[in-house]
Amino acid sequence: MSRDERVGRIRFMDEQRVNLDGFAHEDVDLGLVALASPYDPVPSLVVADGAVVEMDGRAAAEFDSIDAMVARHGIDLTVAEKAMALDDVALARMFVDPGVSRAEVVRLVAGTTPAKLARVVALLRPAELTIAMTKMRARRTPSNQAHVTNRLDDPLLLAADAATAAAYGFRELETTVPVLADAPSNAVAVTIGSVVGSAGVLVQCSVEEAMELEMGIRGLVSYAETVSLYGTESVFVDGDDTPYSKAVLAAGYASRGVKMRVSSGAGAEVLMGGAERCSMLYLESRCVSLARAMGVQGVQNGGIDGASVAGSVPGGVREMMAENLMVMARNLEACTGNDALMSESDVRRTSRTLPILLAGSDYVCSGFGSIQRYDNMFGPSQWNAEDIDDWLAMQRDWGVDGGLRTADPAEVGRLRRRAAEACRDVYRWLGIADFDDDHVELAVDAVGSKDLGDPDPLVVLGAAQTIRSSGLGSLEVARALQECGYDEEAARLLDMLVARVHGDHLQTAAIFDEQMRVLSLVTDPNDYAGPGTGYEPDDARQAEIDAIRQARGVADLRADQAEHASDRFTVIGPSETGTDPREVVIGLSPGVGRTVWRALSGLTVVEVLRELLAGLEEEGCRGRVVRVASTIDLGMIGLTAARLAGSGIGIGLQGKGTALIHRRDLPPLANLELYSMAPVITPELYRLLGANAGRHAKGATPVPARNPYTDEAIEARYHTSVIALVALERACVDGALGTEDIEVRL
Amino acid sequence: MTRAFSGRDSTELTVDRLGRDELAVDDVRIHPETLELQARVAEAHGNAQLAENFRRAAELAMVPEDGVMALYDALRPHRSSPDELAALATRLDAVPAPRCAALVREAADVYARCGLLR
Repeated sequence: MSRDERVGRIRFMDEQRVNLDGFAHEDVDLGLVALASPYDPVPSLVVADGAVVEMDGRAAAEFDSIDAMVARHGIDLTVAEKAMALDDVALARMFVDPGVSRAEVVRLVAGTTPAKLARVVALLRPAELTIAMTKMRARRTPSNQAHVTNRLDDPLLLAADAATAAAYGFRELETTVPVLADAPSNAVAVTIGSVVGSAGVLVQCSVEEAMELEMGIRGLVSYAETVSLYGTESVFVDGDDTPYSKAVLAAGYASRGVKMRVSSGAGAEVLMGGAERCSMLYLESRCVSLARAMGVQGVQNGGIDGASVAGSVPGGVREMMAENLMVMARNLEACTGNDALMSESDVRRTSRTLPILLAGSDYVCSGFGSIQRYDNMFGPSQWNAEDIDDWLAMQRDWGVDGGLRTADPAEVGRLRRRAAEACRDVYRWLGIADFDDDHVELAVDAVGSKDLGDPDPLVVLGAAQTIRSSGLGSLEVARALQECGYDEEAARLLDMLVARVHGDHLQTAAIFDEQMRVLSLVTDPNDYAGPGTGYEPDDARQAEIDAIRQARGVADLRADQAEHASDRFTVIGPSETGTDPREVVIGLSPGVGRTVWRALSGLTVVEVLRELLAGLEEEGCRGRVVRVASTIDLGMIGLTAARLAGSGIGIGLQGKGTALIHRRDLPPLANLELYSMAPVITPELYRLLGANAGRHAKGATPVPARNPYTDEAIEARYHTSVIALVALERACVDGALGTEDIEVRL
Repeated sequence: MTRAFSGRDSTELTVDRLGRDELAVDDVRIHPETLELQARVAEAHGNAQLAENFRRAAELAMVPEDGVMALYDALRPHRSSPDELAALATRLDAVPAPRCAALVREAADVYARCGLLR
């Protein structure tokens, strides 16, 4: 068969979104290999006179600049001999053994070479990686980072979106620019939004290294992340840096009290054609070893820009998680990828992220796209604005802390307005730009920048140039906030500046909580040592995780039902058995017309009855409505109705909309026709059920109506309502009341 | 007590002073002593390399912004000759920034072997 002759089943599968993804054969020559390449060096370490003279099969005289930095600064020679002598499996087992402390693993790993550590983590299977990550991450409390960008660099929208991200719980906000020169404006706008949203949110603006450093030194941002490392010297130099220039950069940031981490990750070397036939994991191990050697506190890795490259090869997703684990094992802060979108498939991207969400990480995402995909100037993220509710639901499902919380919808509206107004006021006060009220309104309500119309791009550029040329920093922004009446926000921004003076947030894996307490390796160390230990959300945080805004209880449903209450139901009196052979009785469940007024389909019970009675009338039959107070069982309700009917045919109707036709001589659980799919029953179907009941009453044999079908997760959508409706109905059950005739004013 | 680069006690960094325009950039800049203190904390938490970075940072805290930028630029690949790096190290010694100077000398050796000099 040629491709065009593929059978329908295959054509159907070809159309699925997963097949938009690229899948590559392993190709060692191109570095398209995840966990191990035959060209990865055999681990080795030779020390003479206190210096490394050979590492991973290479003599000191042959060291490239990465080897040189790692060999000179990155390996703890006091434990190296013991660590390198350990069997790979023995060391791997320590990662998951609750009897071996995190500190002990960290101590031993400090003595391993890049090739050794890569080999060890490659032995861990996915579930073991998850346990190891739970144990090895630096900070006890997990958190998350957001991207806040837009395609216009619009400051008011950036501020509103930064406040929104902070409200949802992100503790770091990363912005960047489509137009490099706009960077200082973006930094200021996101900073303003962040302090409107929450105290203690770290902000960075990712741009070219020198400009990023300049903004950090001037105090326009509070952390830096886009300090890229690569696993081969050729790619490093192509990126116009060396391990030594990056080491100076690290010291430069710290010298001004700015938090900093480096960025690396599988696939970067492959994309630049410089993988030198090594595996992704080994090259990344070099990056991570280098990060430790340089003295930075943390690493963003796990694919990042190369995530889809790693994801294209066998074991690639596992490799990305192993990368993150190496960072943790080197006692560094881990910002664990889940950043650039690696698949068009919702299933694959969830699969890639889930183990890390379950394990917990210093930052589960190194850039959750909190904004629209089209507004993400890093490119679409693995998780985006449309996924925030999914994330909150996943946290709740597993009872884990993925760093996010539900923001009250009204509060999001209030914060967006305050952020946009504060940004407008500050820009005006500083004399860097003037935005009108309409612009504020648009930014507050905007889903994304496409809702802003077509603002003049030169306004932002002008603002950015003024900020840069005037040397304006966060102190001036804090002052402007204060002058414009935003006292709390001014205080929060000043707090962030004072934090720089203390420098406690320079320690590994530091974030601020909303009380400005530093949570880090030092103040909040991960103490996982098996079940019953380690991080658990406290009661308040657990309540926050559990209380998603969509959750409903019986009280909510009672209120929803009450909105449809009417005086159309009147009790006439106790029901008697009828004698008219054309009489069909409709039996209602106990709550109908008392606490239950609307069926799951959205039709009111009056509308349903109108259709049933009209159907009976079409067949020349007379309908009588009764309410059965003694049971909520639909079969018994229908049978009770049938026994009261002159024709011996009854219709049972539950408040949720489920309906059946019964006959007085049938057993309770039997029926003539049943509509079980209450949420999708239409008025036409109820009318048909009424007509068919009339035909049965006349002794005919009608064609049964087909139950409507849906492939949606109908049970997931309605089960909570069903449970609440059952509770309402059951509360109306009254065995002493008996069955009553009801007059329904249609 | 933590003092800022300016010497001002951090407890004096209040919104009231902000409102009176009494705070300057050096009041919200970290002091080298504080970086040394953070270096000791890092050492005590199993990360001697981070401590070393903080000590280099303590040296650079005394270097003006353009000096830091220039140091970074000089160490990028193919920017500097051996003599320029040697001179840079000497200038750093004078700051005094001996750890940064040592890093520059180490880089000069590595760059010479790896062909990363200008």
